[in-house]
Amino acid sequence: MTLTAASETSGTPAPAPQQVTMSGAINRALRDAMTADADVVVFGEDVSTLGGVFRVTDGIARDFGQDRCFDTPLAEAGIVGFAVGMAMAGFRPVIEMQFDAFAYPAFEQIASHVAKMRNRTAGRVNLPIVIRIPFAGGIGGVEHHCDSSEAYYAHTPGLKVVTPATVRDAYTLLREAINDPDPVIFMEPKRLYWSKGSIESAAAATTFDSFGRAAVRREGTDVTLVAYGPSVDVAMQAASAATESGWSVEVVDVRTIVPYDDETVVASVRKTGRCVVVQEAQGFAGVGAEIAARVHERAFHSLHAPVLRVAGLDIPYPPPKLEHLHLPGVERVLDAIARLQWDDNADTHFFPHGTASGNTANGNQGGAA
Amino acid sequence: MTTDTSTPLPQTVPRDQPFARGLMPAPMPVQFLDHLGHRVQVFNDDYPEPSGEQLVAAYTAMVIGRRFDIQAMALAKQGRLAVYPPSRGQEACQIGSMLALSKDDWAFPTYRDSMALVTRGIDPVEILTVPHGAAHCGFDPRANRTAPQCTPLATQLIHAVGFASGEQRKGRPTVAMAFVGDGGTSEGDFHEALNFAAVFKAPVVFLVQNNKYAISTPLAKQTAAPSLGYKGIGYGIASEQVDGNDVMAVLAVLNKAVAHARSGQGPVLVEAHTYRLDAHTNADDATRYRDSDEVEDWVRRDPIARLEAWLCDGGLIDDAFIASVAQKAEAFAADLRMRMSVDLAVDPMSLFDNVFATPTPQLLEQRAMVKSELEAEEASR
Repeated sequence: MTLTAASETSGTPAPAPQQVTMSGAINRALRDAMTADADVVVFGEDVSTLGGVFRVTDGIARDFGQDRCFDTPLAEAGIVGFAVGMAMAGFRPVIEMQFDAFAYPAFEQIASHVAKMRNRTAGRVNLPIVIRIPFAGGIGGVEHHCDSSEAYYAHTPGLKVVTPATVRDAYTLLREAINDPDPVIFMEPKRLYWSKGSIESAAAATTFDSFGRAAVRREGTDVTLVAYGPSVDVAMQAASAATESGWSVEVVDVRTIVPYDDETVVASVRKTGRCVVVQEAQGFAGVGAEIAARVHERAFHSLHAPVLRVAGLDIPYPPPKLEHLHLPGVERVLDAIARLQWDDNADTHFFPHGTASGNTANGNQGGAA
Repeated sequence: MTTDTSTPLPQTVPRDQPFARGLMPAPMPVQFLDHLGHRVQVFNDDYPEPSGEQLVAAYTAMVIGRRFDIQAMALAKQGRLAVYPPSRGQEACQIGSMLALSKDDWAFPTYRDSMALVTRGIDPVEILTVPHGAAHCGFDPRANRTAPQCTPLATQLIHAVGFASGEQRKGRPTVAMAFVGDGGTSEGDFHEALNFAAVFKAPVVFLVQNNKYAISTPLAKQTAAPSLGYKGIGYGIASEQVDGNDVMAVLAVLNKAVAHARSGQGPVLVEAHTYRLDAHTNADDATRYRDSDEVEDWVRRDPIARLEAWLCDGGLIDDAFIASVAQKAEAFAADLRMRMSVDLAVDPMSLFDNVFATPTPQLLEQRAMVKSELEAEEASR
């Protein structure tokens, strides 16, 4: 079962809707937002004539003019700071950071100004800015082109952090981000740029209200997988594979890391009693850690096992030939599901080497020592 | 006419060019009044002299600005403010820059530009809200057309550029005055701001107040450039340097710079040579990094004294006027003292306002927690 089939068909046997790529859906969202509001402008490195290195802004400068889609000098702090000023003058800038790691020079502007302006000015100056960041790996990219940087932004109060996992969401979440009165970090999973889906019904909508609402992508009764962005697809594949072992797996797509939807996630875990969080980012101090902690705090008495995390390794993003070992794949997710206390044996995974023995009476104490 | 002979102006420079030397700043700071208030003519031939009216207004604003600054420093030393970064000695830069703007223009100040904000007409109590500890910005930026005072150095310059460019794109004739100090010119954002401003021809005037120290670090450790004014050239920005303690020169240069920016010819960078007479803040000890002879030397170049002398010589003001301005400044300070003696009430629940337009569920939970804590505290009293 594919993610698209699971989540995006309505069941009505209409003629097959036109398929677009996620990149095309984002392009369409930009165009529709620019048509709806003359204050929406797009700028960044190579977004105008070239249409961006991923062609996400293809043709927009041609169709909307260089005033509304323009190239900037190559300086990310400058691009973000310029957007702050443009927003203060009444525009709604949608800016592109060319790659995840190339956004780091702009971090001060994002953390000290974009995130705080509303707060600093007691609500007198808000910044409706969308910062689009192609992020994460899985495309064989070289260093500095594959970082999962969402935790930096999610840890910064004042920023909304959004990452679509489906083509339809790429459209609707971006439209909603552009409409939002507050800054949104819009993280586009690079490896999903060429995934396909339909946005026809979404594009007909006039209001969008998905922020703060996680989506149940697949229903199940035994385990909840919580994922976002590029990891949702992995979770869906794992859920599908898990049926062979007799596990009925529910998949929750977080969609908006900020604002975060505790309610949907916790309701799912209360139902299934087990939970694994899947994220591509390095695990330590990541978004998955926050999700796991929140589930423990809210659903402890419904849990049959500790919430486990399947995440990237705690290493700098590896060179392309090794990224398959770094990225959480279906097997690691299935391994985690298998460790969710399906019997009364202790999970020996965290026991010190040589003491692994799931059947000893004091096994858990040994693990904690 | 130019009296300096060491670097003669080429006779072919067209007189209608906004800055006679193209992008190049004058080889020496533009000066109209020497430290005694005598009118001099050095590298200032293409700058019209400011009107007497503007100079009298500048005098009044400088006296009030200085009195405010001294009062704020005193409040900080008394513990009524958490901290205050004074700017006594920099009156000509801060007042001159504000008087060169029209009411609809915007200022993008740093934390040290409080005198400029007073001149802008912002309530001094609102200016001091930040060190008073009640809020991050006490005034309404939109109503006062002034961005919040910025502490991360040079970061707000690029906001000024985006704002000015945005105003231009909207067809509004707004100019942005962007403030930075000598230390701030080392920050990357300073350079990105200059470059963006030049590329987009944004109507911005960058005013570098070179007060010789970044906290304790002297200019010589900050840059090897012959003048900070030269930093505009590489970006294609018309640049100038001016005696920052001569408000007549500051006004002359900035009047022209603002007109240049407003006419769509692009940004201007002006380095104003001045001096911070006091320490970095009330918590700083300037004797650790500079000697009193140096400070005394700059006291002799006082911006207010020289303008006062010139205005008196020209009969534009008299002793009675000087006394009335001094009285006005004292009243201003007395009013400020009185109003600052009242503790500001701050609503604890405002912690959760304005993180987002609509608080997240998590913020609402935390809000409820703090509210119940405070209620319990209240009940146990």
